[in-house]
Amino acid sequence: MSLATPLKNLDRELARFHGRLKVGAAFVALLAAALLGRGFHLQIMQHEHYIQRAESNRISLVPAAPNRGLILDRNGHILAENYSAYTLELTRAQTHDLEATLTEVGKLIEITPGQLRRFRRLLSESHEFETVPLKSKLTDEEVAILAANRYRLPGVEVKARLFRNYQAGPGMAHVVGFIGRINDRDLKSLRETGREENYRGSVHIGKTGLEQSYETLLHGRTGFDQMETDASGRAVRMLSRIPPVPGKDLRLYLDADLQAVAEHAFGDYLGGLVALDPNTGGVLALVSKPGFDPNLFVDGIDPETWKSLNESPERPMVNRVLRGIYPPGSTIKPLMALAGLELGVRKPSDSIVDPGYFSLPNSRHRFRDWKREGHGVVDLRRSISQSCDIYYYRLAVDMGIDRMHDYLAQFGLGEKTGIDLEGESSGLLPSREWKQRRWKKPWYPGETVIAGIGQGYHLTTPLQLATVAAMLANGGKRVEPRLVQAARDPLTHIWQPLPGVVRGQVAIAPEHLEVVRQGMMDVMRPGGTAAASAAGAPYTIAGKTGTAQIVGIKQGARYDASRLARQHRDHALFIAYAPTENPRIVVAVMVENGGSGSGTAAPIARAVFDYYLTGKRPGDMQLEANSAAD
Amino acid sequence: MPRTSHWIVRRLSHLDGILLTLVVALLGISLAVVASASGQSPARISGHLVNIGLALTVMVVMANVPPHILSKFGPPLYVAGVVMLVGVALFGEIRNGSRRWLNLGFMAFQPSELLKLALPLMLAWYFQRNEAILRLKHFAAGGAMLLVPFLLILRQPDLGTALMIGASGFYLLFFAGLPWKIIFGGAALGAASLPVAWGFLHDYQQRRVLTLLDPTADPLGDGYHIIQSTIAIGSGGLFGKGWMEGTQNQLDFIPERTTDFIFAVFGEEFGYVGVIFLVGLYLAIVARGLVIAARAPTLFGRLMAATLSLNLFTYVFVNMGMVSGILPVVGVPLPLMSYGGTALVTLLLGVGILMSVATHRQLNKT
Repeated sequence: MSLATPLKNLDRELARFHGRLKVGAAFVALLAAALLGRGFHLQIMQHEHYIQRAESNRISLVPAAPNRGLILDRNGHILAENYSAYTLELTRAQTHDLEATLTEVGKLIEITPGQLRRFRRLLSESHEFETVPLKSKLTDEEVAILAANRYRLPGVEVKARLFRNYQAGPGMAHVVGFIGRINDRDLKSLRETGREENYRGSVHIGKTGLEQSYETLLHGRTGFDQMETDASGRAVRMLSRIPPVPGKDLRLYLDADLQAVAEHAFGDYLGGLVALDPNTGGVLALVSKPGFDPNLFVDGIDPETWKSLNESPERPMVNRVLRGIYPPGSTIKPLMALAGLELGVRKPSDSIVDPGYFSLPNSRHRFRDWKREGHGVVDLRRSISQSCDIYYYRLAVDMGIDRMHDYLAQFGLGEKTGIDLEGESSGLLPSREWKQRRWKKPWYPGETVIAGIGQGYHLTTPLQLATVAAMLANGGKRVEPRLVQAARDPLTHIWQPLPGVVRGQVAIAPEHLEVVRQGMMDVMRPGGTAAASAAGAPYTIAGKTGTAQIVGIKQGARYDASRLARQHRDHALFIAYAPTENPRIVVAVMVENGGSGSGTAAPIARAVFDYYLTGKRPGDMQLEANSAAD
Repeated sequence: MPRTSHWIVRRLSHLDGILLTLVVALLGISLAVVASASGQSPARISGHLVNIGLALTVMVVMANVPPHILSKFGPPLYVAGVVMLVGVALFGEIRNGSRRWLNLGFMAFQPSELLKLALPLMLAWYFQRNEAILRLKHFAAGGAMLLVPFLLILRQPDLGTALMIGASGFYLLFFAGLPWKIIFGGAALGAASLPVAWGFLHDYQQRRVLTLLDPTADPLGDGYHIIQSTIAIGSGGLFGKGWMEGTQNQLDFIPERTTDFIFAVFGEEFGYVGVIFLVGLYLAIVARGLVIAARAPTLFGRLMAATLSLNLFTYVFVNMGMVSGILPVVGVPLPLMSYGGTALVTLLLGVGILMSVATHRQLNKT
């Protein structure tokens, strides 16, 4: 076919081959350009992006939880402190077989059924990758045994953790409260308040009491260790460290010894007591009996203990001082008397003749006095010292419910006191408007009558009664009760006072206040309703007794038969301050089923006054009180 | 003694100085990067040195085999390779879901490796034999020789290797003068049948391609390798983080970093400047190879030299493209850089052939 010589043919072939070589070279150049273009894109154009990603790859932030602040009483006695202990913890996702692992661990160290129940409850509340404690406060021996067997137990770890110890015991539980493990609800609220970042690395959060209300001060600021980690997440070295800032220590107004005295004075009665400094509002003692052991809650309580605490008819988890609401009864009388004077409805010398009952005009219904035969001739001072009901029935009718409500409201009744604890009840100060709103019914005149002696719709907490008494003692200055007086900066170690809050000043004519005070002093003098409780005191006391029917804490149905008799008795109330010439302490006491205020409540207040004003302890408790001060 | 040294000098005279310099430069860089990537593991470094020594020896030997003798190995190697591929299809061991390995009793062997050289050798031998009477039917026969191993390897399934071997066969046909009409026609046909071919791809192959298109879709699975290697390269910047200073490398973020992903380590520690230099070295080898092809006295030499040169750069492109995220992840090492004896020996065997073609010019002129 081809006519060309073989040589010519070869030249043509060679020329074609060289052409193809050039095409090949161009192809290679194209590929090389693609590679270099890609390199330019990654290494020059996108360099910033990738260097950042490489950094976030290698650097991880490990949170370092701060030490929680301590809680100290006014004398520096520790109420809540930290300690480090070894904990046995399990991560479900890392165990091959959870049940087998638990059995294995149970063979090595003792796990109580309670610990196991608590573990299962925590497990059900947490995610698969969360670490859940099985047993805390391991002994050195247990740590050694577990360490030796660790290789056989994937997902099982022994960790050093900070714990909270409440060495002051059950009596302080309602004040200090407790911390507990952070749950989903806590996490949600932390997220909503933008504090979530500060809790990375924290296991606990304040749940009740001061631990809850001062959480932000006590917790401190979480630090971060900047670690270089490899691809498997193992820390290679520390790059930098932002150390955690410990929480602030809190110093209370409260005196742990006084608290112990008050608690002891209750004997086997239940109830609540609060003692205030009338000038500052500082809470000197706050007792709610029964208490409970706050240490049970720190690492999660087991379900059965929780159930028994929660369902106990004695309701140990309820802070009676803040949340127990009772009709104030006769303890309202000094304030009613002051209202009568201030509103011009009564003069100090105005007297009535008490026949033992009171009837509204055009009505045959008789409102009776607690003393059937009546008190005879009664003026304002005597109406207080004798606790004359008829005097106050008339006063209430003459004053009318509207003026009564408005005057009493100035003293904070029907309103939260603003104490630095959460969960306070506001009680109830009845009014026409309130009844219409709540019950859609008009106010009846008979309701005004019984309101005059603190019965009917009236509901107050012991704390509210104490603030009323404080205002009578300090001349109308409305101070908010405060437990914490100062916080210590963890870095400078300087105590910074936390200023109290004065909500206002009720203007009271001094001569009116003096009459009422004299009436309250008469209560404690021979012939007064609580004279026995003041006998032999080296200082003078002004007080008022009262009784309250059982309302508020709903508990009647659960009492067992053996306690039935006591259960039917009224709650005993008592408010008082001392010394009268320069009041330093105000007390409100509520004794559940205590019968009369003078019989059970006033002696408790006396014990508190004695210790606070003279340092005298009840004779039978010298040693107990000392041990609480360690 | 003088006799021996004379013999050695004669053997070494078949080495091409330019190629040798370039290869040694690359191997030196490789040694440094493997040392860094392995955390200066003595086992890795000495293993690499042994591989380099072995591969260089093979290169020297191949450089001394004259091309006309080499060409005679074409048919038997090709036939043996194809037979073994059939054997693999029938009796092969399954590893990682594909049938690629043949158990020879004393060692497991991938016949597809053998074909990387055997197919070009066979085709070059075939075209040399029919040089004077080259017609279209010879290209058809060559295409058939290409397709048989290509389809057998594709069936294993090993798309990456099939494409690499297919490419080497195609280069040879191209340099042998495959008409442009057929090239363009075939390309058009291939593009048209792409959607159909997609359907024939295995799930994992489809996934690899999809992963390339969007690596973040599967950041912990297939996408992880690409994401980490692009982060490494990108974070290297213009001058790199410095030898042994790459955090992606030193902290284990780059997978397979002494072997397939060694380019990520290099890019991180030596930067864009290093990448330009490295690509430049490869281009220099290709350029030298093409010059040797242009000067080769026989068709066999020309075809082998040109094909091997382009083939080498194809491997470079596929590897770097994969590591920098523009090509799917296929298990292709970076020529002369990655740790691994088989690949290095195969490559330097090819370079030896190039040198043989270069230095046996005058001897075979007639």
